Amino acid sequence: MKTTLQKETGESPARTERQDYVLPEVNIFEDKDGYTLEAEMPGVGKGGLEVLLEDNELTIVGHRQHTAGPGELIFRESHTADYRRVFELDPAIDADRIAARLNQGVLTLTLPKSEQVKPRRIAVNG
Amino acid sequence: MKLVRFQNPVLTSWPAFGQLSDLRDEIDRLFEAPLSQLGTAASVFGGWTPAIDVFEDKENVVVKAELAGMKKEDIEVTLHEGTLSIAGERMAEKKVEEAALYRSERFFGRFQRAVTLPAPVDGAKVKADYKDGILTVTLPKTEEAKPKQIDVSVS
Repeated sequence: MKTTLQKETGESPARTERQDYVLPEVNIFEDKDGYTLEAEMPGVGKGGLEVLLEDNELTIVGHRQHTAGPGELIFRESHTADYRRVFELDPAIDADRIAARLNQGVLTLTLPKSEQVKPRRIAVNG
Repeated sequence: MKLVRFQNPVLTSWPAFGQLSDLRDEIDRLFEAPLSQLGTAASVFGGWTPAIDVFEDKENVVVKAELAGMKKEDIEVTLHEGTLSIAGERMAEKKVEEAALYRSERFFGRFQRAVTLPAPVDGAKVKADYKDGILTVTLPKTEEAKPKQIDVSVS
């Protein structure tokens, strides 16, 4: 039995910048008016951000600016993959009133609940 | 009779030898890469260390740190004896009072990173810029540190 060690002549997948996505970290809060979602995507500017809503699914994609960096790389800890995360929304959310704001790499999405779903006081008659 | 230099037959007929050193290189790389990636899995270790990239060209040393969602007043950049320190505190934007927290993956609080610079820099000319959540610190090298052509004179 002959086993050969294959040396990878190309770049191994762990090191090339292929289209792998990374999950951005998120914080999700809910209050009586709606949800707030904060997604952390450093390196993503307004032009690189995509927010898509289809049925009840919300997809956030952040394209990082692939700046090669000035000069020679001494060491790198950041990853170069783009960000992507998909969420399933509560049907109570009013899709028309979703607002997005991007500030220093943090995307804040406000997802208000539809009016009829909010708890309301019912007056007692008689 | 011909004198022939003795060649050790074992070595020449061992084709896998070169591949063994390749294996060692692969193992070395295997150990190098994940450890730096472990450093960024901060949520596991309960702290937050922002990812740092360091670049160097003829004129400058450039350090980039991923610090999303901060106000520039909350970021402290200090240079001391060849070590650049980036520290700060990230404040939570929204007060979690009546709100129910579904997910809390982002870290808030104090962080600090120190990077030893690969070349001496001129502290007076350092510039820091914060855009899209990336802090870029450009540190111009001192004149002595810049590469110079030295003319060789032949006497």
